[in-house]
Amino acid sequence: MPVQELKGQKNWQRRTSRESLSHWVLWLIGVAIFAYCWQQISDATTWFFVWDAPRIADDIWNRATPPRWSYFSQLGKPIWDTLNIATLGTIISLIIAVPVAFLAARNTTPSQYIIRPIALLIIVSTRSINSLIWALLLIAIIGPGVFAGVIAIAIRSVGFCAKLLYEAIEEIDTSQVEAITATGASRWQVMAYGIVPQILPALAGIAVFRWDINIRESTVLGLVGAGGIGLQLSSSLNVLAWPQVSLILLVILLAVVISEWVSAKVRGAII
Amino acid sequence: MLRLENLVKTYKTGDQALKSLKLEVPEGQVVALIGPSGAGKSTLIRCINRLVEPTSGKVYLDDVELTGLSAAALRRERRRMGMIFQEYALVERLTVMENVLSGRLGYVGFWRSFLRRFPQTDVDEAFRLLDRVGLAHMADKRADELSGGQRQRVGICRALIQNPALLLVDEPTASLDPKTSRQIMRLICELCKERGLAAIINIHDVALAQMFVQRVIGLRFGAIEFDGSPEGLSPDVLTTIYGEEDWEATIEEADEEEVEAAE
Repeated sequence: MPVQELKGQKNWQRRTSRESLSHWVLWLIGVAIFAYCWQQISDATTWFFVWDAPRIADDIWNRATPPRWSYFSQLGKPIWDTLNIATLGTIISLIIAVPVAFLAARNTTPSQYIIRPIALLIIVSTRSINSLIWALLLIAIIGPGVFAGVIAIAIRSVGFCAKLLYEAIEEIDTSQVEAITATGASRWQVMAYGIVPQILPALAGIAVFRWDINIRESTVLGLVGAGGIGLQLSSSLNVLAWPQVSLILLVILLAVVISEWVSAKVRGAII
Repeated sequence: MLRLENLVKTYKTGDQALKSLKLEVPEGQVVALIGPSGAGKSTLIRCINRLVEPTSGKVYLDDVELTGLSAAALRRERRRMGMIFQEYALVERLTVMENVLSGRLGYVGFWRSFLRRFPQTDVDEAFRLLDRVGLAHMADKRADELSGGQRQRVGICRALIQNPALLLVDEPTASLDPKTSRQIMRLICELCKERGLAAIINIHDVALAQMFVQRVIGLRFGAIEFDGSPEGLSPDVLTTIYGEEDWEATIEEADEEEVEAAE
């Protein structure tokens, strides 16, 4: 009991003595585990390389600066590809994610015990695999190139978009749905008038948020051959052309900054 | 016009919200439904248009029995029952006009309604109704820009454009200030009179109910405890509905207002 009677005075403490004891024991165990793990990692580390790191980093920095600006003319097409992969991938994923979200949301699913679990499985399975791995798989299936990248991004995004969207659907104000139902509207009309207006801001927010993430993800897809600026990055890395690498990183940074700015603007405009 | 026969609603939790309710509302009569929270007022009006499925019993709207209807037939009958809600239940992100026109959804096909291509007669009627409640200039505003009283007026238009025979009104004034509450109650009752509509109005405010309606029904634990004219609401009656309390002030207040209104 946090409240104790002591000499006619009521004492209050956050925890009973027993609770605080178990608290301390748990902290102690936590610290012990941390120390043990630290030791394991330390044993498995070649410390020579770690101590050496600043020198190497300095070396790479010297080789990478200044960026090779003339290389820029060759980056226009790849960065355009990257943007297209992200944009098309996001659009395709939304086309799939919207119906999946309606099937997965408790209040709109046609069947709680059969269709909803299937929709949830789609969400979990597409979300659990990184887009880089999807790209590897798809390159094996449909060959290398931009198309594989688009599909990889699309599949990876379905789960993300559908999950956020179905949560938004489950949180709608039911009284608006009730009111539309009471007018004698059909099931689809209730959807169009009662539900869709309520989730539209969420949908737009999710779309630009995912597009923003996808631009970052599609920059690395080229590393495995799925098109975009990552292809240039990997070939420059392979030939140790550090000035080109630094320029590519700058271009990626620029693209991401612009995409963040656009998505912030869009989100601000919608809400 | 509306007849409830032995209506029972038992929720899954085992709570009996309605206990074998019998009620008849003739054409054009405005009925106030009073009673403490949890007495089953909301459940009762939602059982009539089956937003809540009654457990057993029958609901007759004119000659049509509602509880046994198929989904499509139920939608057709729902068009004849306009509903007005406590928190207005407007679609917040749609305009006033779209909200009013949504009352016609039962009459208009999906694609027409989806593309907002309502028949001109519906649009005319919407403008007429908005004008009647004094909101014609607000047609293009988004519903969430309106004040509470204005929103409830839009809610009233949405219910009336259905061209209903019966209004189901769930706590229309619970979120409004006293003055707006009276205006809204007056508006609902006037419109019912103009159009010869029957109405069932759930209301917490006993004095307000006494001011405007012809008949009061008191509900307690899902059963009717009182059914009569507003004058019949004595302190004893209110005690049986709500429990022990000093009721003199409530009733006096209503009397004074009636005198004022008469003057």
